[in-house]
Amino acid sequence: PCPPLTPLPSAPLQDIRNTVGNIPMEWYQDFPHIGYNLDGKRIYKPIRNKDELDMFLEKMENPEYWRTVQDKMTGADIKLTDEQVDLVHRLQKGQFGDVHFNPYEPAVDFFTHEVMIHPVTNRPADKRSFIPSLIEKEKVSKLVHAIKMGWIKPRKPKDDTPTYYDLWAHEDPNSILGRHKMHVPAPKMKLPGHEESYNPPPEYLLSEEEKLAWEQQEPAERKLNFVPQQYRCLRAVPAYSRFIHERFERCLDLYLCPRQRKMRVNVDPEDLIPKLPKPRDLQPFPTTQALVYRGHTSLVRCLSVSPSGQWLVSGSDDGTVRFWEVCTARCMKTLPVGGVVKSVAWNPNPTICLVAVCVEQSVLLVNPCLGDKLLYGATDQLLESYEAPEEERVQPVRWVTASVEEHSKGVRLVVQHSKAVKQVTWHGKGDYFASVVSDNSNMQVLIHQTSKRWSQNPFRKSKGLVQCVLFHPIRPYFFVATQRYVRIYNLLKQELTKKLMTNCKWVSSMAVHPGGDNIICGSYDSKLAWFDLDLSTRPYQMLRHHKKALRSVAFHKHYPLFASGSDDGTVIVCHGMVYNDLLQNPLLVPVKVLKGHVLTLDLGVLDVLFHPTQPWVFSSGADGTVRLYT
Amino acid sequence: AAVTRRLCILKGIYPHEPKHKKKVNKGSTAPRTFYLLKDIKFLLHEPIVNKFREYKVFVRKLRKAYGKSEWSTVDRLKDNKPTYKLDHIVKERYPTFVDALRDLDDALSMCFLFSTFPRTGKCHVQTIQLCRRLAVEFLNYVIASRSLRKVFLSIKGIYYQAEVLGQPITWITPYTFAHDHPTDVDYRVMATFTEFYTTLLGFVNFRLYHSLNLLYPPKIDGQADVELKPMEGKEYAMDSESYLEKLSALSASLARVVAPTHEDEVEIDEFPVEGETAEQMDARKKEQEALENHKKLFEGLRFFLNREVPREPLAFIIRCFGGQVSWDKSLCIGATYDVRDPSITHQIVDRPRVEQQVVGRYYLQPQWVFDSVNAKLCLPVADYFPGVLLPPHLSPFVTEQEGDYIPPEKLKLLAMQRGENPDEESEEEDEEEEEEDDGNDKEEEEEEDESEKEEEMKLKKMEEQKTQSNKALPVKVTAGKLRLEDRQRLEQEQQSEEKRLAIMMMKKREKYLYKKIMFGKKRKVREVNKLAAKRKAHDTALKEEKKKSKKARRV
Repeated sequence: PCPPLTPLPSAPLQDIRNTVGNIPMEWYQDFPHIGYNLDGKRIYKPIRNKDELDMFLEKMENPEYWRTVQDKMTGADIKLTDEQVDLVHRLQKGQFGDVHFNPYEPAVDFFTHEVMIHPVTNRPADKRSFIPSLIEKEKVSKLVHAIKMGWIKPRKPKDDTPTYYDLWAHEDPNSILGRHKMHVPAPKMKLPGHEESYNPPPEYLLSEEEKLAWEQQEPAERKLNFVPQQYRCLRAVPAYSRFIHERFERCLDLYLCPRQRKMRVNVDPEDLIPKLPKPRDLQPFPTTQALVYRGHTSLVRCLSVSPSGQWLVSGSDDGTVRFWEVCTARCMKTLPVGGVVKSVAWNPNPTICLVAVCVEQSVLLVNPCLGDKLLYGATDQLLESYEAPEEERVQPVRWVTASVEEHSKGVRLVVQHSKAVKQVTWHGKGDYFASVVSDNSNMQVLIHQTSKRWSQNPFRKSKGLVQCVLFHPIRPYFFVATQRYVRIYNLLKQELTKKLMTNCKWVSSMAVHPGGDNIICGSYDSKLAWFDLDLSTRPYQMLRHHKKALRSVAFHKHYPLFASGSDDGTVIVCHGMVYNDLLQNPLLVPVKVLKGHVLTLDLGVLDVLFHPTQPWVFSSGADGTVRLYT
Repeated sequence: AAVTRRLCILKGIYPHEPKHKKKVNKGSTAPRTFYLLKDIKFLLHEPIVNKFREYKVFVRKLRKAYGKSEWSTVDRLKDNKPTYKLDHIVKERYPTFVDALRDLDDALSMCFLFSTFPRTGKCHVQTIQLCRRLAVEFLNYVIASRSLRKVFLSIKGIYYQAEVLGQPITWITPYTFAHDHPTDVDYRVMATFTEFYTTLLGFVNFRLYHSLNLLYPPKIDGQADVELKPMEGKEYAMDSESYLEKLSALSASLARVVAPTHEDEVEIDEFPVEGETAEQMDARKKEQEALENHKKLFEGLRFFLNREVPREPLAFIIRCFGGQVSWDKSLCIGATYDVRDPSITHQIVDRPRVEQQVVGRYYLQPQWVFDSVNAKLCLPVADYFPGVLLPPHLSPFVTEQEGDYIPPEKLKLLAMQRGENPDEESEEEDEEEEEEDDGNDKEEEEEEDESEKEEEMKLKKMEEQKTQSNKALPVKVTAGKLRLEDRQRLEQEQQSEEKRLAIMMMKKREKYLYKKIMFGKKRKVREVNKLAAKRKAHDTALKEEKKKSKKARRV
């Protein structure tokens, strides 16, 4: 209770109490008045035009300035009296406002700490303090019930066994579970190498490119899961940010990775290489390129050699057939035929000098007029001695005698087919020859007899696209290679005797061993299959020596050699020994890889052929050359 | 799923790779994990499954009680909190003690990691404390048994390898920095692993301590304790509180059940194994001797660790090899002597230079300790003075096989271990080099690889042949000489061709295998060559720089 501020005596006596109430006076900041008096008239703010300077002067000059305050309600200046100033001082010091108040009056106890015989209040005791509590009884009975029912269990005795003891005190081998035998312990973590050191040898640090490559790799593909770093001293080594990750990944590995025992066989690679007889012991075989027959301007598709081994004939895409002398590589004769020569075949009969040439839709029988004059004269006589039969028989082809102009070049007979001819091959006796026509019908294979100028179609049905045909060298068998199978027909009985599965995608060529019991098949999927006809209808061995498609294969007539030419430009000569003893399987050993042909248009070697008597091999290539290896 | 995961982790069940993946996976080849049926059945029999269920019920009850604010129930429930023990699982997974030791690597690494975790969040404080205690106990055991073999400062952390009962145990500790906790890590999985590992490590520690006749839980040797006391004064903390800290200071030896007597070290009787030759026995003996020497590597040396040096690893390593170690007493409890102690032989320092050097002790960088341990001998100190460019720190875990790349530092070290002293030579060479700028051709020659040497030899031979033939025939180039050279080459060519042809005849599967092996070999050779080339380039660059700086100085 402090005395209300009394208005200063100098203030006007009229009542200027403001009626706006206890509101923030800022609301009247922008008005000329600051409220309303009891009559509802405006109370105007006292006119003040004191600026800073006036204020300062007043502060300097007015001795009462320090006790002048502004009444916010009226806006008037009020000078505080001495009592009021005193009060302010007291309040500031935290003392009571009233000067006369004594805060330290002596205390008078109402209740005493001594026990008195009479109660302080006269209130009688409640009844509930004499009768047992129902609520408590209920609670107790609930607890009793819970204990009875086993819901509340007495406090478990603390087990006082030590946390750690000698667990392996009695190692009993019998108690080991059976599953431990099957248990695969987790492999330990890889131990760090030099590159993980904080100060590795300088060669282990990554160069800029390596670092870039490391960053671009997938995290799983990286060889190191960190970048090697070098720090000058131990003080500079920071914390490894992926430490927790790595431990976590290890945890995941431990419980999520399937474990498997892998037997790692330590194989010496040299032991894997099969022990083969040395090529040196298997001589003779061609080893070096001896001659190159140049002259063709385009790829040389086919080769054939005369039975005496003196002459070589080659057919090319430039529309010529050339006759060469083998030993001198001299082109003896060039026969322009006006079309791509697909196949040439020299008559194997040494008494007949005749070459079959496939040009487009016809097969030309050419007398090269080389060598013994008697011999080729006899051949001409033989051909001219033909007498046309009385009755004209229906033939699948037309036999035409060559015109005079052609005759002068050497062409004797032209067998005109209905479609393009792919291949021609002679029978061993030299009278019959077979031709393959690229067609889908049953007219694909035709067998011709030269002496009677008569052709026939041996097959009633087409069994697929025929790739090549061959006569058996001794027996009356006929081999027909389709895309995937080789069929062997008995010509006498006119029946299929065998069907060989080649296990290749597309057979390209075929050759028969002079003994007649073994066949090799080259295929466009760069495999060579060796069949032993006595053994099975499946290949005895598949040789994957070439890197590209095989174009042709050949057997040597006398030596145990066979060769294969491929698109990769190589000729591989293998030793293929066939034993007379039926119990011993053929021995196949590659003995030489012959290189020399230049790859042109992705084609390498197109035809290979052995010399009939010498261990020499001819090869014709896409580079327009024929090469002889001896 | 969470319970299954925990069970799999605790029981050590892992998936299996089925023999016929397609058959098992109903014809699909999508990646799936397969467990053996009998493994899962085995999990079902585990008594701990019931404990897990109990615990789940307990948590549910507790939550309910909290929700209803039934504090007495909460107290009662907490009193009866179900607990479980993993003892039988440890025994079942590791039927013999050696099995447990074999699997200790991960347990130790995990415990060391967890013991560095902050005491807040991520996992229970008790777990962290337990991990710390077990880790410190293990360290004390390694000190007491002196079984530490190798240490390695990697950028990931510090690797240690100890040999306990013939089993190599490797663990890694992170550098002591605050962890940047990753968000893509499931700490529950790690906590489950840690739960098992702490149990395992506790039992292993118990057994190990008893094998050395030490008290477990470990007590600091009374004598040592008394020695420690006066230094510390009484203002530090109560004995019970500072126990772990004193233990982890790794400076005091432990109390034994039976007081150690020096007669313990009886000479081991030697029983020659049948079929063992005298040479083998000798070698074994030598090995044994070397091991003993290695264990006493730092015996008699007194180390002082400066405060910037990681105290715990260094104190651990030095004490493992018999050295005495101390540090500033404000750094950690357990310091035994002061910097001013005149008997200090080595002071480990990791700052560019030391202001006040005391005569009579070596000031060395911490790498010296690590390298010396790995080299099994006290290395020459000159390379490790403060502020000196340190030699590379090599991994002791690499054992180079035939054909692997060996860094030149390692070669030097191996030579030193054999007892040769290539150091002086190289120093001399260095000096020579300093004297003569152009005289470094020799050294280069020596540095070159052996293969190159061989090649050079061949070349020299050929040259000799050439000169001889030239002398014999005064005519200039002759065909005869060419043939002479060709014969060798021809033979080689023929051999290689034979091999190529034989390779052509290989079966498909064998060819595949052969090609794979050869590819691996070639890759290895390539990598080795790359490293060697890099090193050579680096060395030449360094030399050039040296030369340049020298020239600059001269000018």
